[in-house]
Amino acid sequence: MLNTLVAVCIAYALFLFAIAFAAERIAAHGQARWLRSPVVYTLSLSIYCTAWTFYGAVGSAVRSGFEYMAIYLGPSLVLVGWWWILRKLVRIGRSQRITSVADLVSSRYGKSNLLAVGVTLLAVIGTTPYIALQLQSVTLSFEAFSAGEVIVGEEKGHTALWVAAGLALFTVIFGTRNLDANERHNGVVMAIAVEAVVKLFALLAVGVFVVWGLGGGLTETLARIDASELGHWRIDGGRWAGVMLLSAAAFLCLPRIFQVLVVENDNETHLRTASWAFPLYLGLMSLFVVPIAVIGLDLLPEGSNPDLFVLTLPLSQGQGGLAVLSFLGGFSSATSMVIVAAIALSTMVSNHVVMPLWLRFAEPGATVSGDVRTVVLLARRLSIIGVVMLGYLYYRLSGGGEALATIGFVSFAGVAQVLPAMLGGIFWRGASKAGAFTGLILGFVVWNYTLFLPSFGPGVLMPEAWFAHGPFGIGFLRPQAMFGLSDMDPLLHAFFWSMSVNTGGFILGSLVSFPQPLERLQGAQFVNVFEHSTSPRSWTGNVAQSEDLMIMAQRILGARDAQELFEREAEKQGGRGPLPDVTPQFLETLERELAGSVGAATAHAMVGQIVGGMSVSVEDLMAVADETAQMMEYSARLEAQSQELARTAAQLREANAKLTRLSVQKDAFLSQISHELRTPMTSIRAFSEILRDTSGLGDAEKTKYASIIHDEAIRLTRLLDDLLDLSVLENGQVNLNLREGLLSDVLDRAVAAAAADEAGRRLEIRRDRGAEQIVLHTDLDRLSQVFINLIANARKYCDAPRPRLEISVRAGARLAIDFTDNGSGVAAEAQDVIFEKFSRVSDQKAGGAGLGLAICRQIVTRLGGDITYVPGRGGASFRVSLPADLAIAAQ
Amino acid sequence: MSKHVLLIEDEPNIIEAISFILSRDGLAVETHSDGTTANEKLRGARPDLLILDVMLPGKSGYDILRELRADPATAALPVLMLTARGQTRDREMAEREGVSAFMSKPFANSEMLDTVRALLNGVPEEAPGKP
Repeated sequence: MLNTLVAVCIAYALFLFAIAFAAERIAAHGQARWLRSPVVYTLSLSIYCTAWTFYGAVGSAVRSGFEYMAIYLGPSLVLVGWWWILRKLVRIGRSQRITSVADLVSSRYGKSNLLAVGVTLLAVIGTTPYIALQLQSVTLSFEAFSAGEVIVGEEKGHTALWVAAGLALFTVIFGTRNLDANERHNGVVMAIAVEAVVKLFALLAVGVFVVWGLGGGLTETLARIDASELGHWRIDGGRWAGVMLLSAAAFLCLPRIFQVLVVENDNETHLRTASWAFPLYLGLMSLFVVPIAVIGLDLLPEGSNPDLFVLTLPLSQGQGGLAVLSFLGGFSSATSMVIVAAIALSTMVSNHVVMPLWLRFAEPGATVSGDVRTVVLLARRLSIIGVVMLGYLYYRLSGGGEALATIGFVSFAGVAQVLPAMLGGIFWRGASKAGAFTGLILGFVVWNYTLFLPSFGPGVLMPEAWFAHGPFGIGFLRPQAMFGLSDMDPLLHAFFWSMSVNTGGFILGSLVSFPQPLERLQGAQFVNVFEHSTSPRSWTGNVAQSEDLMIMAQRILGARDAQELFEREAEKQGGRGPLPDVTPQFLETLERELAGSVGAATAHAMVGQIVGGMSVSVEDLMAVADETAQMMEYSARLEAQSQELARTAAQLREANAKLTRLSVQKDAFLSQISHELRTPMTSIRAFSEILRDTSGLGDAEKTKYASIIHDEAIRLTRLLDDLLDLSVLENGQVNLNLREGLLSDVLDRAVAAAAADEAGRRLEIRRDRGAEQIVLHTDLDRLSQVFINLIANARKYCDAPRPRLEISVRAGARLAIDFTDNGSGVAAEAQDVIFEKFSRVSDQKAGGAGLGLAICRQIVTRLGGDITYVPGRGGASFRVSLPADLAIAAQ
Repeated sequence: MSKHVLLIEDEPNIIEAISFILSRDGLAVETHSDGTTANEKLRGARPDLLILDVMLPGKSGYDILRELRADPATAALPVLMLTARGQTRDREMAEREGVSAFMSKPFANSEMLDTVRALLNGVPEEAPGKP
């Protein structure tokens, strides 16, 4: 019988190998769609139902009635309420490329590797007994078959060892085929799905056999259930609710569940199907638990292990085939759990323990080392073997005597310690690393003290006296009656205290500590995952070389995938070259891809080694500010508003200043006009009154006064002419009369008009007629007006004893005509203002209103040139420059 | 003895006109046309009345007025100020500096005479043109 069983086991294992292999092949050919259907996803979730539930549920029903229902109801509630937590977890897992529970927590709290190590340790400690439990169940089931042939000591160990080795081999082969945890293990998932069907089918088959084959039909069986003690509701509500809560918490935190639920999730919509299909699956799994328990109790001899009823009941009835099927169901439950748990744990161990250590000690930098890929794969394979063997060791050391359910609960309560940090992390932005640490450590310590260590029994790992009187006689610290809570169920007691202390520590720690920038960034990314489905912008600058990143990425992702990724990114950036520019976006994408292989913290560290700037910089803070939370968005909006206000205010101030300036200018102008008009009018009025009112004036006097009046009238007229001229020029209403003419002719005319004053005093003028032979195409009259003004100014204001004006012409890129006299020139402080209206070089020499140069400047500007004062020439020197295209050199 | 008037003004024709009007009335008129040296001239000339233009080369009439009011020797000297800018702001500035009378250009000759006579007789003259 045993040999047959071994053969069946090997055949079944080969069958699973074949399925996994086929699934991998199909996936490799890109036809993985049907492999990843919602049904497969739901079935893969069934790794929740381990040997513990396959065999143990009946045992639990025998021992505590309907309690086993709570274990199924907890996860069902989680799935039914998928919209609230699971959807968010899966979205975060996908957007952040989360590889494990440890990675999730680490990634959320600023990619802290220490936290990841903590969660990993907790997971390993919590999962090891569970793996041992699976090995134990397989061994026990073997034992059940042996019946007469008693398996003792050594051989018992051998069975477990062979099973462990086989599972490790399978997991290594199909769990580490590809490195990227996010590339999903098609083979493994498919095998698990098949196993899920097998175990459900087996349990249903046994159930049907029990009800209709042994129990005599449905009604009869129900009657027997009613008659038995089990049929009565004899469980206290507190424990029932506690167990339900515990299994719900564990469902979210168990590394293997997280693996299939989040990491292997291919499509968020699958959750929708799983939300009803998985509870249905659990319902079917629990359907025949009570009938099997009741009939088993009836038919099997007193003292039979109720944990094995599922197996021993058909066996006792001579149903060898059904028994083998049942055995395969239990075998499936055990193996699928071990495989997935080993994958999940090995991912954590290699990503958060082995890789960081290797990165620190092996080589100075990620790029100069050898092939990281092999290192990661090796680390993962060794981790798988290590995890499975740890389970085996535990099994050997613990002696395999515990009731199955007890170990399961201890394990559940252990991994549930991650829950506050996890839920807090995805729902509360204020959650901080310090809080997560505090909660985890406190919860872990309390769990150890109140549940894990006592679970080995009094006197094994904890002195017996502690149970009765507390450590060192401190009564309120008794491990199963903390602070006097003595009449509570030990499991609930431990769960209550560890979770309370954990949650309290978590909240307090978060409240008193201030999260680091990266934590806040990740916090926002996690909590608001539906608003921010892009990832954190934590890399800045273009320090890293694309080549270095490429080399590193190739070592982790493999050459082909890395090249594809880089090409895709380069294309996305606009395809300027074969390698993408090192933009923050690219670094994020790369980091996320790498995170899928080696975990967020390690990926962050590796990119950080190349890019430099591991710590978060001011720019990152800015990125936090403008990218993440509503608070930040709000403040950004406020900032934008205040900037706009500031801009408007600045514009207003400017406009006001301009108006004030204009107003001052206008006042000054009016004041000047007034002065310039009133001054000649004063003389005119005074002398006309003198002429009118004074009798006995001499003819000479009369003539003199009359000519003053005449001169001043002319002065007024000239002033008004100039003002009008200037006004026309300034408003751009002037029409230029463009003609061609020689520069020398224009100068001749100007000299003739301005060189001599009314008194006939001539200004000596020096010219170079040769240089003046330039044909101009411009408004010759206006140009002449400028020249006349400049010559007249020299005549009026040159203070040399023998005034002389030199007119020199230079043709180049621009035509420059310089008027330089031999006087004392214009004072440096006046040079800036002489071209302004009403500025006069000298006040006492009347005759000009100070508009001449202002008019000159307007004219020259209209003609496309400019007029400047040339300092440092001895006397006053003005340069009129005109664009060369106005001038055509004479032949 | 005829009264002595100092006229500080830079427009030659206006100097000539005012000198003519005041001389015909029997006043001794002395003229000066540079703002920078006006106060020295004033201290030397010791006139009974000062006629002061606002826009002078070198120094403005307001500055000259402020300085002479600060000097005890000339603090009480009647000063008639002339301006061609004629804005109320100019009048206010002149009054702030302690002007005795203020007159904008152009003026009627008779007004000029009346104001000068009044100032010389010690009667504060309400300047014409003031609203």
